[in-house]
Amino acid sequence: MGNCMVNHWFSVLFLAVWLGLNIFLFVDAFLKYEKADRYYYTRKILGSTLACARASALCLNFNSMLILLPVCRSLLSFLRGTCSLCSRTLRKQLDHNLTFHKLVAYMICLHTAIHIIAHLFNFDRYSRSRQATDGSLASILSSLSHDEKKGGSWLNPIQFRNTTVEYVTFTSIAGLTGVIMTIALILMVTSATEFIRRSYFEVFWYTHHLFIFYILGLGIHGIGGIVRGQTEESINEGHPHKCAEYFEMWDDHDCHCRLPEFEGQPPESWKWILAPVILYICERILRFYRSQQKVVITKVVMHPSKVLELQMNKRGFSMEVGQYIFVNCPSISLLEWHPFTLTSAPEEDFFSIHIRAAGDWTENLIRAFEQQYSPIPRIEVDGPFGTASEDVFQYEVAVLVGAGIGVTPFASILKSIWYKFQCADHNLKTKKIYFYWICRETGAFSWFNDLLTSLEQEMEKLGKVGFLNYRLFLTGWDSNISVVGVFLCGPRTLAKSLRKCCHRYSSLDPRKVQFYFNKENF
Amino acid sequence: MGQIEWAMWANEQALASGLILITGGIVATAGRFTQWYFGAYSIVAGVFVCLLEYPRGKRKKGSTMERWGQKYMTSVVKLFGPLTRNYYVRAVLHLLLSVPAGFLLATILGTACLAIASGIYLLAAVRGEQWTPIEPKPRERPQIGGTIKQPPTNPPPRPPAEARKKPSEEEAAAAGGPPGGPQANPIPVTDEVV
Repeated sequence: MGNCMVNHWFSVLFLAVWLGLNIFLFVDAFLKYEKADRYYYTRKILGSTLACARASALCLNFNSMLILLPVCRSLLSFLRGTCSLCSRTLRKQLDHNLTFHKLVAYMICLHTAIHIIAHLFNFDRYSRSRQATDGSLASILSSLSHDEKKGGSWLNPIQFRNTTVEYVTFTSIAGLTGVIMTIALILMVTSATEFIRRSYFEVFWYTHHLFIFYILGLGIHGIGGIVRGQTEESINEGHPHKCAEYFEMWDDHDCHCRLPEFEGQPPESWKWILAPVILYICERILRFYRSQQKVVITKVVMHPSKVLELQMNKRGFSMEVGQYIFVNCPSISLLEWHPFTLTSAPEEDFFSIHIRAAGDWTENLIRAFEQQYSPIPRIEVDGPFGTASEDVFQYEVAVLVGAGIGVTPFASILKSIWYKFQCADHNLKTKKIYFYWICRETGAFSWFNDLLTSLEQEMEKLGKVGFLNYRLFLTGWDSNISVVGVFLCGPRTLAKSLRKCCHRYSSLDPRKVQFYFNKENF
Repeated sequence: MGQIEWAMWANEQALASGLILITGGIVATAGRFTQWYFGAYSIVAGVFVCLLEYPRGKRKKGSTMERWGQKYMTSVVKLFGPLTRNYYVRAVLHLLLSVPAGFLLATILGTACLAIASGIYLLAAVRGEQWTPIEPKPRERPQIGGTIKQPPTNPPPRPPAEARKKPSEEEAAAAGGPPGGPQANPIPVTDEVV
């Protein structure tokens, strides 16, 4: 637990501040609408659900402002670059942008639920008081005319006795935009679950652009001014605390209280989301501009196990170890951008990526590059992004574990170390590196075969044989092997667990692989 | 877009719609809104949809992440055979279920979401997708002790079991020399002790 805090204190602090702000805004707005004189008469019809709805609305505005910011990659990269003097912890925080985006999204869903439920009660209460004929305060307030000539100072948005709440919902701007926004939000969330994202990325990517409807809807949601409070003038003429009890006599001309007058709240959501929307539009324009710059493919290598290596050049491109780029191939899909870790070192005069066939887009890309007689497809690149993994060089001992294609950032690191050794870089604190690479098939190891061989040779030349230790693990099985002898010389407990493993992994079918356990007896 | 299994997304959408129907139904019933009995219907319909959609179907390619505890519902849903396997049936069923909830504002969101899920299921059905249950793999249980051999009588390195067996079988047939006799080393071993 202690270790956790040391590593994550900034995240915890950041989240605590964010949650604290949410709670503060909610309670503040709730109390305002629950206590203010302006809404005295509104509360007479709606009760506490008015305050609930408005408090959640404020939180929705706050979180909608925040949600666009973590996905402005270029802005974050810029912050990271200018913030090079800041501690690494602060910069690392920027890498958790997507986690924060998801948390804010969950908060938006929660407040949407609260907001909708509160407004359902509000609409129902407005509807009942409109239909009430008991002469209560609520019914009198509801009968205030919508007629503009008489001032248009109505309170109840339901104008006629036989109007249904469904009708009001779908004919008012607030109701209609609310429904559209909520449906967009739900579709975005269901297509963004981890399962869908990992298995069918395009569904997630295209559906998520429904956020445009969400933002537009939010901007105009409050235009109708359905939330009504008493006007200043009206309060001065007859304060609700004094006049409310005499509501039966408001019609009389000699009563010192007159009919209260109401006005709608001006919309305020746009004030919250304007700046992030502008930032995001700038971000997309910047991404488009950067993607238009020419990318020259200098080398294409097809590795076994369906991995494609692309070595490229782009003017003004500079990278650090462990960073990633977004790649687009217009001939395969105009709008899709997919992230790939850079596998080249910053010291090289090109940058490269290794792409494994993992879905529609990657398979089409590999197929397009396999065609020997057609021209090479054009590639667009955006980036690089991500915090550099230069931390590796700060540790005396580094343990790098890569699974399958996940080995890519380590390729970049190892290459960079190779170059640093060549230049006798004394800033390298690293004394030992343990590199564990886990692959399903033997073909996968050939991706970085040359790299590992040349690194080994380099280390030997420099007399630093113990510097790089690597272990390769194979999880897949060659079905031609059928009998494996397992030999152990060692303690009894180890023998027991090894024997259990042999039983577990031997198949009943004698044609398939069998492990024979032989323990030495001395 | 060639390999997208729309049914997977439809499943997530339908599950979400079920939850929304339940929530809207509870609000309408608890608040005793006008025509709140539609709310009661919505709760029942929502629960039914959630139970039907909880077990995720098997993906055609790759491994499928099961939802926690879904194997109980899988066995129930499997029982209905073609009714639950076929996505046309699900599309129509969800569309019909969503209609009554559309009469009440509190549940109309559930209607819209379930109708969208129905549309995605229709797309999945048109593309020939089917619901296949995720079956637990039968655990292979090799007999305990089946592969333990008698402690070897000759020192290492030893050839594998077959090579050891063959000479003994031949010997048994030919009534030849003793089994597992002195080891014939493939590479001559010299004692280096001086």
